[in-house]
Order: sequence, then C-alpha cells, then structure tokens
Amino acid sequence: MDLSAINPVVLTASLMVAATPILLAAIGELVVEKAGVLNLGVEGMMIIGAICGFAIAVETQSPLLGFIAAALGGAVLSMLFGFMTQVLLSNQVATGLALTLFGLGLSSLMGQSYVGIKAPSTPSLNLGPLSDLPVVGKILFSHDLMVYVSIAIIAGVWYMLRYTRTGLVLRAVGESHDAAHALGYKVIRIRLLAIGFGGACAGLGGAYLSLVRVPQWTEGMTAGAGWIALAIVVFASWKPWRVMIGAYLFGGITVLQLNLQAAGAKIPVELLSMSPYLITILVLVIISSDRRRAALSAPADLGKSFHASL
Amino acid sequence: MKLTKILAAATLVSGLATAAVAEDPTKVGFVYVGPIGDGGWTYQHDQGRLAVEAAYGDKVETVYQENVPEGADAERVLTQMALSGADIIFTTSFGYMDPTNNVAAKFPDVKFEHATGYKREHDNVSTYDARFYEGRAILGTIAGHMTQSNKIGYIASFPIPEVIQGINSSFLHAQKVNPDVEMVVIWAYTWFDPAKEADAAKAMIEQGVDVILQHTDSTAPLAEAAKTPGVIGFGQASDMAEYKPSPRVASIIDEWSPYYVKRVGEVMDGTWENGHSWGGMAEGEVVIGEITAPVPADVKAEAEAMVAAITSGEYHPFTGPIFKQDGSVFLAEGEVATDLQLVQMDFYVQGITAEIPQ
Repeated sequence: MDLSAINPVVLTASLMVAATPILLAAIGELVVEKAGVLNLGVEGMMIIGAICGFAIAVETQSPLLGFIAAALGGAVLSMLFGFMTQVLLSNQVATGLALTLFGLGLSSLMGQSYVGIKAPSTPSLNLGPLSDLPVVGKILFSHDLMVYVSIAIIAGVWYMLRYTRTGLVLRAVGESHDAAHALGYKVIRIRLLAIGFGGACAGLGGAYLSLVRVPQWTEGMTAGAGWIALAIVVFASWKPWRVMIGAYLFGGITVLQLNLQAAGAKIPVELLSMSPYLITILVLVIISSDRRRAALSAPADLGKSFHASL
Repeated sequence: MKLTKILAAATLVSGLATAAVAEDPTKVGFVYVGPIGDGGWTYQHDQGRLAVEAAYGDKVETVYQENVPEGADAERVLTQMALSGADIIFTTSFGYMDPTNNVAAKFPDVKFEHATGYKREHDNVSTYDARFYEGRAILGTIAGHMTQSNKIGYIASFPIPEVIQGINSSFLHAQKVNPDVEMVVIWAYTWFDPAKEADAAKAMIEQGVDVILQHTDSTAPLAEAAKTPGVIGFGQASDMAEYKPSPRVASIIDEWSPYYVKRVGEVMDGTWENGHSWGGMAEGEVVIGEITAPVPADVKAEAEAMVAAITSGEYHPFTGPIFKQDGSVFLAEGEVATDLQLVQMDFYVQGITAEIPQ
C-alpha cells in the first residue's frame, strides 16, 4: 500500500467537485421541506436539469446559458409537482415518485440527439495569485464558478431562514400552515415558490453533472444522486450548513474510497464501496437517537396537504 | 342492432389481424442492463438487434427493455416477454444468469440466450460470450508502449472471470513491452454510473496514471481523461469515436450482429440447439477500432500484427510462461490456456500488487 500517493490537497479539491451536484440538490430540497412540502422528485428534476443544461450549452456553446436553462428546466418540472400537490391536492409522496419517473423518461427522450456529443468546457475561475497559494490555493481558489455558487446558495439560504422575514414566513408555513394561513400568509403561493426554488437548485445540480463533473450526456446519468440529496437533508436535520457538511462528507468518502483503491490499500473493496452509505446510515442513527430532538428539527407540517377551507 | 353488428365485425377483423400477425414473424426479445444511449455495451447489443431486423425484415419482430436491474426485476421482465409471445430472448448481462434459467424452466418452448454467463440448466438455455481478452491484449500492448509514468489504470466493474481475464490480459501484454509497468485497479461495482466512473478515472489520474483502460460502459472516463493533457484511454464495447483522436487512441468493440443474426435464423428454420458460443476476433465478434495518431506508427504496426496473429489463431493471449500472483505456475513455457481455465480465472497474474475482492 502506498498511501503517500494520495495527496490530501488534491483529494479535498476533488471531493468538493464530487459533492457539488448533491449539495445543490439538497439545499433546494431543504427549502422545499422547510416550507412543509416533501418532494421526492429530486432525481427527476436533476436529470431534467442535466439534459436542459447540456442541450443549451451545446447549442449556444455557453456553459453559463446552460446552467440558466438547467435551473429553468428544473423549476418548470417542479411546477408540475407544485400544481398537482398544491392546487389539486394530490399525495406528495406518490406525486414526487411519479415526477422522478417522468423526469427520467422525458430526459432520455429529450437527450436522443445529444448522446456522444462533447460539452463546451467550463473553465476554472482565474483568481490570479490566490490560486497559486500553497494548499489553500488548490483547495479554495481553483474551482469553476458553480462550486462557489453552490456555497453562496448555502450561505444565502442560511441567512434567509435565520435572519429575514421571508425566512420566518417560510418556516411558519412549514411548521403550521393553518396558523400561517390564519395570519394572512398565502400558504400555497409560498409553497409554490419554495418548490420552484428547489427545482431550480436540483436542475443546477444535474447540469453540474452533465457539464462539469462527467461532462457529457448519458441517459440515467444521475444514477441515484437525487435520493442521496434527500437523505442528506434529513442527515442535516434541515440546517443549511449541515447540508454542506453532509454533502462534502458523502462526496469525500466516495472520492477517498476510489483513491484508496487506486493506492492499493489492503482494505476489502466491498467495505470501501459501501462506506459512504454505511457512514450515512450511521450518522442518521446517531442523529435520530434522541427522538425528541429529531422530531423537533423536522418541519411539523412536512408532507401535509393544505386547503384553505379545511 | 347496427352497433352490435359493427362491434362484432370489428372484433372479428381485429381477431383475424392478430391471428395473422401472431402466426407470421418470429418474435425476438432483448433485455438490456443499461440505456441504449450509453454509447457502450447496451448500444452495441442494440446494434445487433437492428442487424437482426435488417437481415430478416418482416419475418422478425424485435422487442427490447432497457435499464432492467439484475435480479428479481429481470425475472419479471423475462416472464412478461415470454408471455407476450417471444420465441427467443437474449439477456445481455452477467447478472441475468439465474433469472434467465428460472424463467426458462417455466417456458420450455421459448429459447433463451444469456450473455457472458455459464449456467445452462435447461435445454432451452444457451450462453454466449466474446473473447474480450483478445482485444485487451492489443490495448495492453498499446498501453505499455504509451505510458510515460509507467502506471496504467483499469476501471473494473465486478470481480467475475470475464473482467479478471481482461485485467490479466492487458497487464501481461503491457508488461511484455514495458517491464516497469504497474497496474492500478479500481473496482467500481457497477457497469454503468458515469459520475462514479469519472471519479474513478480522476482518482487514477491524480495518482499518476496516464493510460486508462475501462471495463465499465459509459464514456465518462474518456471525458475525464480529456481534461488532463497526456492522459489517454480506449473506447470500451463500442468505438466511442467522438473522443478521437485523443484521449481515445483505440477501442475494443463488441460486435454481436453476426451471432444474433445466426441464432435468430436457426430459430426460424428450427435448427436451434442449446450450447455455449465463445467467439473472438476470428468470428468477428471482437473488433479493434481505428488506432489514432498519438500512437506512433511502429506501435500501431505491432498492434495490428497482433490482431492478425490472434485472428488467424497463430497466437493466443494466454500463452505460457505465465505465473500467478503468488508466484506459482499458471501456464508452463509454450502452454496455452484452455477455455475451462479461462472461464474459471479468479486470480491476478504475477506483477499486479492489488488483491481481488472476494
């Protein structure tokens, strides 16, 4: 075993890249769930984002336009979920699952003519002398724009939920839609906006896969990332910075296990391969061991339908 | 009543129509493990399906199902296909082995063909495979010549004999032309997961690997290789021509069309028999795609000479002396591996330092 072959600096830099898609999707879902809506369609919205972003980036040769299109695509698809669950009051779990299936199918239809095409490359930001700093430069200042955007979204969501009136209203809607309604807040409108935001974030996460991390279009390329994002929201007990920790932890273990294998570590590969999932389960168990606390951190009206006349 | 008459007539006509259709074409089913758009394994099987359609026209009807998970779901899909009147069903992944045999027991009149497996528990089950190790020998030769860092990487899927043959064959031939070469193996435990494959390629590149071979089906490792100048890779299962001329410098192509056309033809004229088929370069089932410019002319010539030697049967990639990883003798000087030895291969050859997961 030659562990010296693993460079911790390079490893940290690549785990940030590996974690960004689930980070984006998870922070979007966090806002949705904070508003009291459980949208299990993250996977579907991600993959729609992946193909929308890829198609537009290829057609315009601009990754930036691609990301914008991905956010729009994810948001539009999420509005389908929003309309069904908020206006027609359909079951959120079933609708979310259907959204995932629909998204997977629709994306492979849309992607028919994009198989085997190369995406325009997304350049790393040139931060000049900052990128040349030892260690810190490689870890913090050598990424593409979307890595910073994802962190900015985390910070923004945290600030919004904690310090702004908008955040308070959003949380109120998630904790007790009846009370929020009685106070005169437009519960359905607020939830639709949250769902749209979640869709846009998931779309961005998908596009990060198809434009930066992989970068190409293949059917089913999200390969379950949306479900991991959902788990990370619970793992983070609905707190934005913990979403980041969760995503980086998951991304980190994924990357680390591949690096350990490449370095020839004498650890059973099966164990390494399942380690990201094992650790996720372990942390979930630890977090939920205090039942009262776990119950407190979940929005009280999560997954419940709201109708003004009820 | 007029309406009932019309309805009765309509039923009669549609009944006649279905009867006519059901009688005529041979129905051929395909079960795919990934999407057709994977640009690799499943894409090539689907090319084989299209070749069957092209060869027999109206006389065949093909159906397929993509993204079928290996396991209980496969059994359900197979049963469905058999019930809907398929005459022959090709199951195109190793993990369909038990489902194929289980369903075959229930439908003795339907022929089943399982790719890359070895279980034939019933008279209506055949297995077929291609000698991918022949192609791997060529890629290994090119890899051994091309590596600057003397570290080549192999993104492996599952620890089954077919994959281990590929690892050993490519390593042996890389070592033959470059005694200092080291092989880094990463088990991805998946046939198709672009993000994971890209991450695996990235981890290899970060550790100094500059030639990547893959046994997973997406083009993601090539896309990852393209980001770092000097890193090359190979097309897997299909040509992956969009990454020409570099990082894709050659490819190993699975060509199933000849086999599918032959077997469907045998079902049609009633001469189908169960057995095992293991075609290679000689049968046209394993093809090496164009070797591109980054490979020097003499290396290209050497690779092409080896293709010719394997095709003519003059050279077998597993010809002794070959030692196992623990130093014991696998094949003595001049000895050629038997097919049985190959299909049971569960060890690395000498020189690979990693261990095979159990």
